[in-house]
Amino acid sequence: MHASATRSQTFGALNARRSRLVRRTLRGLGVYGGLAFFLVIMLFPFYFMLITSFKPDVEIYDISQFPLIVKAPTFGQYQHLFEKTHFLLWLKNSAVVATASTIISLTLGTLAAYALARLKFRGRQSLGLSVYITYLVPTSLLFLPLASVIRQIGLFDNPVALMITYPTFLVPFCTWLLMGYFKAIPRELEECAMVDGCTRFHAFRAIVLPIMLPGLVSAGLFAFTLSWNEFLYALTLTQSYEVKTLPVGIVSQLVLGDVYFWGSLMAAAVLGSAPIAILYAFFLEYYVKGMTAGAVKG
Amino acid sequence: MSVSTTHLVKKSRLQSVSIWLDRDARLGPLMIAPAAILLIVLIGYPFLSGIYLGFTDRIIARSDTGHFIWFKNYLDLLKDNIFQKTVSNTFNYAFTAVFFKLVLGMLMALVLDQVTVLKNLFRGVLLLPWIIPTSLSALGWLWMFQPQFSVLNRLLLDSGIIQDKIIWLGSPFWAMFSVQLVNIWRGIPFFGISLLAGMQTIPQDLYEAASIDGANSWRRFWSVTVPLLMPVTIVVTLFSIVQTIADFQVVYVLTRGGPVNSTHLFATLTYQTAILGSELGKGAAISLFMFPVLVLAVTLQLRYLQRQD
Repeated sequence: MHASATRSQTFGALNARRSRLVRRTLRGLGVYGGLAFFLVIMLFPFYFMLITSFKPDVEIYDISQFPLIVKAPTFGQYQHLFEKTHFLLWLKNSAVVATASTIISLTLGTLAAYALARLKFRGRQSLGLSVYITYLVPTSLLFLPLASVIRQIGLFDNPVALMITYPTFLVPFCTWLLMGYFKAIPRELEECAMVDGCTRFHAFRAIVLPIMLPGLVSAGLFAFTLSWNEFLYALTLTQSYEVKTLPVGIVSQLVLGDVYFWGSLMAAAVLGSAPIAILYAFFLEYYVKGMTAGAVKG
Repeated sequence: MSVSTTHLVKKSRLQSVSIWLDRDARLGPLMIAPAAILLIVLIGYPFLSGIYLGFTDRIIARSDTGHFIWFKNYLDLLKDNIFQKTVSNTFNYAFTAVFFKLVLGMLMALVLDQVTVLKNLFRGVLLLPWIIPTSLSALGWLWMFQPQFSVLNRLLLDSGIIQDKIIWLGSPFWAMFSVQLVNIWRGIPFFGISLLAGMQTIPQDLYEAASIDGANSWRRFWSVTVPLLMPVTIVVTLFSIVQTIADFQVVYVLTRGGPVNSTHLFATLTYQTAILGSELGKGAAISLFMFPVLVLAVTLQLRYLQRQD
């Protein structure tokens, strides 16, 4: 009897261990199966865009060929893009507009965020609230009257129009993000400097800003990405091909009537996304911080 | 000697200015002024002029500013079939898309939370649909939906899931399905990564305590993860509802609102009415229908944030 009890105990322990193993394996399968599912769904469109951009036209429009492979890869579609379209011009426009609006937004956003996070003055609370509300206003609510305003001040079809309108959604975003960073820096740091005879502004510039660098990188990358990707304002505030940004140029000018040159369109989409993808690959952590700042800190 | 004196005078004047400024009550408004002026001129003023525009019959090509016609645009719109269709499209689009983005985003967050191999790489690549220009990835989807060469049809037919080609953007049902699909695809990572960030702020001992009390993983999800994740979930969801209702790019690139207006949203109908059709006043009125949604979302968010504090 004693012996059988021991045996059943051993069996019990074995069973428990086995079921734990089974559970862990199942869980692993679930997790990595789920991961594989998301990877396929999220990345398939990019794979297909990329593979199409390396195909010659005969392969793109050959229904008998399995579409996920390329037999004779070529740079022909890219060559067409560089030689026969205004792609490089739009690339330059996008770079100029995104850089300028990022610099403007970071400057205004940093000043505003510091004032809202650190200084005591009348109306601070309601100003902070208005910044948060403007951060939520979608561009499609405003583009129509904004286009009228831009026409009135004579900036229609001028890249400067984009450089000053993009900050309208970037400044609230930068301000909101940077306020979080400012609040995390101990006040004592500045107060020490001020006791030593620094003015508030000098303490801000010499002590707080250097510590803030990660926040500035995060806000700057995000501002650049949002400007690069912006579509509606660029579509409605510019008209001639010389001033178009990359996304609008590709979508509205590379399609001739109803004829779609899919190969070079995909090449354009790949190259147009590349600068953002490269920036992103180098600064992933900053992106994730910027993206979740609003949600998690809020 | 005189040179150095003026230099001294200048310097002390600069110093006195900076000392005068060295008060919160002066420096604060001054530092916020540039941002405030920009937002007043390019958000506040256009917003107010948009409200005025919605009460007029202004036409773009005409040089005059149109007549003040009170609520005629709004009354006309409420009777207009295309506008009624747009309202139902917009709510169908937004609520279906946000629902699936939330559910699948939550799933993605739960999966990523458990992944231990190449963690950062997977997080990084899964965020790509959200970071890449939407108009360009939508162009990729347009190619995948192309009637003759659709790779989606090819794969679904080859694997026997469907028997006949789907005309993705050609029929009202499938067109709406397709634009929703693309919006969901693009938005899942935003939910996924935000919820994941929220999950990682939940203290691990809460899960351990729940396990000791005998809670299985399903139970732990519902009684620990969900309630503690609620603030992030609400903020992210409200944000996404506003963004989805105001969406423009996906529909503009894929269908331009067609076929037979079955995918028009407020923003694309505004564009078609005012920019392509020149009816500026009417267009402004259409876009202002988004305003109540925005107000509601902002109010809910603020109320929720205040309760959190």
